[in-house]
Amino acid sequence: MQELITRAKELLADGTVSRVLGWKKGDLGWDPEPAYFEKEEDLEGFVYNPFCGANLSKYLIAAGKLEGRTLVFLKPCDTYSFNQLVKEHRVKKEKTYIIGVGCRGTLDPEKVRAAGMKGIEDAAVDGETLKVATLYGEKEMPLKDALLDRCLVCKGKTHVAYDELIGTQAGEEAGPGELAGDRFAEVERLEALPPKERFAFWQGQLSKCIRCNACRNACPACSCLKCVFDSSQFDSSQKANADTFEEQMFHIIRAYHVAGRCTDCGECSRVCPQGIPLHLLNRKFIKDINTFYGEYQAGADTESRAPLTDFTFEDVEPGIVSKRGGGR
Amino acid sequence: MQVEHTEFRPKIVAFCCNWCSYAGADLAGSSRLAYPADVKIIRVPCSCRVNPMFILRAFQRGADGVILCGCHPGDCHYTTGNYYARRRMTLLFSMLDYLGVEDGRTRVEWVSAAEGVKFSATMNEFVAKIHELGENVRLEDLRCKN
Ligand code: SF4
Ligand code: SF4
Repeated sequence: MQELITRAKELLADGTVSRVLGWKKGDLGWDPEPAYFEKEEDLEGFVYNPFCGANLSKYLIAAGKLEGRTLVFLKPCDTYSFNQLVKEHRVKKEKTYIIGVGCRGTLDPEKVRAAGMKGIEDAAVDGETLKVATLYGEKEMPLKDALLDRCLVCKGKTHVAYDELIGTQAGEEAGPGELAGDRFAEVERLEALPPKERFAFWQGQLSKCIRCNACRNACPACSCLKCVFDSSQFDSSQKANADTFEEQMFHIIRAYHVAGRCTDCGECSRVCPQGIPLHLLNRKFIKDINTFYGEYQAGADTESRAPLTDFTFEDVEPGIVSKRGGGR
Repeated sequence: MQVEHTEFRPKIVAFCCNWCSYAGADLAGSSRLAYPADVKIIRVPCSCRVNPMFILRAFQRGADGVILCGCHPGDCHYTTGNYYARRRMTLLFSMLDYLGVEDGRTRVEWVSAAEGVKFSATMNEFVAKIHELGENVRLEDLRCKN
């Protein structure tokens, strides 16, 4: 962390960048928040620890409108979102300076608390162990039990965009604590259920939604200035859902709007205060796109055409959904 | 006097593109081929004009089935519109199926201006399917029901 601060100070001092976008200590130790640092002294408040889950790439849309370059710290999976934003002309590479930081997975505070940790102040990873500094002294737990679900199916430790790397090397492999699972396993489990049970599952999940819009606001792919959900004409406007249709409407449209652009960064599920597994909706689209139109990872590059703005003459017909065994 | 409605009459919305399918429907009519009156046609310039939200909206307002008809792939009046529509609808239908909405309620069929017979056959088949599935309850807005 000290290394990051020192380098940021250097870049601020020599005028390469006008501000630094990173994380600062939040109200509680397990809740660091995204922050801008404009002066070298401000950087004393900078933190980078495994609780820094927030993907900072979306803030670059606003930062790009300011004078000068913005230094930003991105974890490997955050750089996919960055590329996607560049591809969609939302962010300019020239206006940013990326320092790729190493990542051993980000933590789910709920899981850490569930392991009996109280008064959490800080955390650090040591091999496969998580060392948590608490008010009652240092405690340990296995790293894999504390990681966010998204990190258990990590895309890998390679930064796909960066100006320099600190605390990691190009092409670094994921550690054994990560990549434990198949990211489509849960989607497949749901697909195999009878429609009635699937409906009940989603009704149970989606009816918890309080329409706080955190998922929308955190998502780096959701970057429209005027959002369809803000329209007073829309049938699922800004309020808690009154019936199942509104729940489905909001969630289908939200997931659909990022279909083919979602990098599977997992921010939506991470920020949802109601714990709705939104990634299961996004991954359904990703899985379908992969099977119907060929493997596609949004944000892997800045040029390729997105699956929904492309086609081939031989594409499958929509009837495939029932032939494949829909309506089970 | 109160009229008792016991028989289920499905409400079916058919989005038809102006150039092929709407003309196909016209041909079905002028050839005196029958299809159920439960099908309400909405004319759109191209199948790709249909935003996935239109389909959801139709269900919200009480449709029991929604079918999209367009020119055969390769015959689109705007050259490529139906190719985009095809991808969009495939993903949408798959998502609806995933959420547990019966997948027979949605359908895409390519009907050319010369296929009046196909149009009426498709509509008869689709209406029969919706009859079988019954009323749409999983994708409805209670406030839109009377
Ligand atoms: S939809 Fe969720 S997982 Fe996908 S890019 Fe947005 S926040 Fe990330
Ligand atoms: S973050 Fe969760 S509760 Fe908030 S709008 Fe999204 S799904 Fe609903």
